[in-house]
Amino acid sequence: MADEVSKFVQGDLKLVNLTKQFGDFTAVDDLTLTIPRGSFFALLGPSGCGKTTTLRMIAGLEEPTSGSISIGDKNITDLKSYSRPVNTVFQNYALFPHLSIFENVAFGLRRRGIKDVNETVMKALELVELGHLKDRKPAQLSGGQQQRIAVARAIVNRPAVLLLDEPLGALDLKLRRQMQIELKWIQTEVGITFIHVTHDQEEAMTMADTIAVMNNGKIEQLGSPSELYENPKTIFVANFLGQSNFLQGTVESEANGETTIVAHGIKFTMPTARNNASTSSVKIGVRPEKFRIHDVGSELPGNLLAGGVVTDISFVGVSTQYMVEMPWKQEIMVFEQNDGGAPNIKKGDPVSLTWEPRFTFALDGE
Amino acid sequence: MRKWLSKNMIRIYAGFALLYIFIPVAYTIVFSFNITKKRNINWQGFTFDNWLNPCDADGICAALGNSLRIGFISTSISTILGTMIAFAIGRHAFKGRSSVNLLIFLPMATPEIVLGASLLAMFLNFGINPGFWPTVIAHVMFCISFVVVTVKARIAGLDPKLEEAARDLYANEFETFRRITFPLVLPGIAAAALLSFALSFDDFIITNFNSGTVSTFPKFVWVSATRGVPPQANVVGSVMFLGALLIVIAGQLVNRKRVR
Repeated sequence: MADEVSKFVQGDLKLVNLTKQFGDFTAVDDLTLTIPRGSFFALLGPSGCGKTTTLRMIAGLEEPTSGSISIGDKNITDLKSYSRPVNTVFQNYALFPHLSIFENVAFGLRRRGIKDVNETVMKALELVELGHLKDRKPAQLSGGQQQRIAVARAIVNRPAVLLLDEPLGALDLKLRRQMQIELKWIQTEVGITFIHVTHDQEEAMTMADTIAVMNNGKIEQLGSPSELYENPKTIFVANFLGQSNFLQGTVESEANGETTIVAHGIKFTMPTARNNASTSSVKIGVRPEKFRIHDVGSELPGNLLAGGVVTDISFVGVSTQYMVEMPWKQEIMVFEQNDGGAPNIKKGDPVSLTWEPRFTFALDGE
Repeated sequence: MRKWLSKNMIRIYAGFALLYIFIPVAYTIVFSFNITKKRNINWQGFTFDNWLNPCDADGICAALGNSLRIGFISTSISTILGTMIAFAIGRHAFKGRSSVNLLIFLPMATPEIVLGASLLAMFLNFGINPGFWPTVIAHVMFCISFVVVTVKARIAGLDPKLEEAARDLYANEFETFRRITFPLVLPGIAAAALLSFALSFDDFIITNFNSGTVSTFPKFVWVSATRGVPPQANVVGSVMFLGALLIVIAGQLVNRKRVR
């Protein structure tokens, strides 16, 4: 069986028109996606968006209703999971409780008929810095250690693609941060394509080169973390990655790469390239940290929202979060760095908000 | 005093409960060392004779041999069949699964006296005379239910992700069963086998109906009870108890080693 696995050409993972239905429910809907070899790719979305089903189809644990999956030139759609050059790090690790740590890691190598596994297994254990625990049983390890063994057990096989199914979900925050960095480092070290499924937007943004945001079985938007954050193409993406303020408006004119939009009787400008709306009715979006908050009368140039009243202030350490009510009763969320730049503002104070036009994005309006 | 009592209440209670359970066992063991003339009721003095010559009581070793043979054969058959049924119910969706699930409980719920009588009627109808093999068949029948229930519980507690992980790590269906599923279900199968051996060895009612002239250990004790149970019966009982104890301790040790 060893030859069967190793004769695979390594290459890009391609999903073509992949669909999975459970009865009437379409979990994954006509998904087409190419994941470049050696990349760290995240599938991000809320629970039930189809990300885990996609992952299970790539692993061969779920059979697609239609469509195909291939690695390089090799179509693997109909291969059994044990014949695919794909390994998975399961959500709750799924370490074999009756086998030692060493045998857990050696499992895949042994099943492929490799006789001398000692060196390879120890190398994998050293990579996750747990070589000294090789004779223990999984139950004797902490959650973080089990997580690392699960990673070692998968990468020791040098698969073409490594799948990670919410691997950090069971860890506490501090350990999760540490494992994020570690996983990223391991990925660079071994150069295997990592596909990471998560509902945690921060985790996806920290680790992945490319993120696909999924919703209702489809990909909403695909891009680098900064692309997705700075220029979301749909309301769903704008709200799922970070927070956004939206103003309903209408496009008035376009000239010299600049678009003018009127919302609530106020004129705003933004780069035309950042207008993702297909209609003249638009929602202009601004991230809370892009606003600057001012005492009335001391505004700087840029887009201006005047006549606001502070309704709530919460101090969150590195920044302060303000809720500002506009004359049309809409609440705008503003984050200000606590670096002494913002004026001393109290609850109930009248304020103005400004932001630079280049930070504006626009989506289809109502 | 009050404080001491509230602190140790659970221990005292547990002590009494254990005493209640173990007094008959202790009685059996102690009286296996009794010097007996006719009846093994009054303490006459200590002796090793009964332990050195357990076959001295007329017919006891033949009866014991039959019980062990019936026990081993029916345990083997019911464990294999019951485990297969448990896997079928626990792992596969098939038509009539829920009715099988229900039917498997019925032999446990039916009074033994009724089962024994109807089995005898059935054997006679088929022209089979009561004896060794009809007893084995009867024992397999009631042991299977217990095996299915025990093994099924173990299978239900098995995380299906473990089997998926094995398949993901290049183990085909057979290897997955051999390396992961079976070793993890094995403690359940072992427990089921012990349980069915105990049930078979211990059974009197169904055996009495279906064994004809074949004597078993419970039948021997029952028959001799009218004249006085020989101390050798206490020896056999003590050995069975100590054997069971040994198996439990060994199981605990193995379990502890598995985790460590």
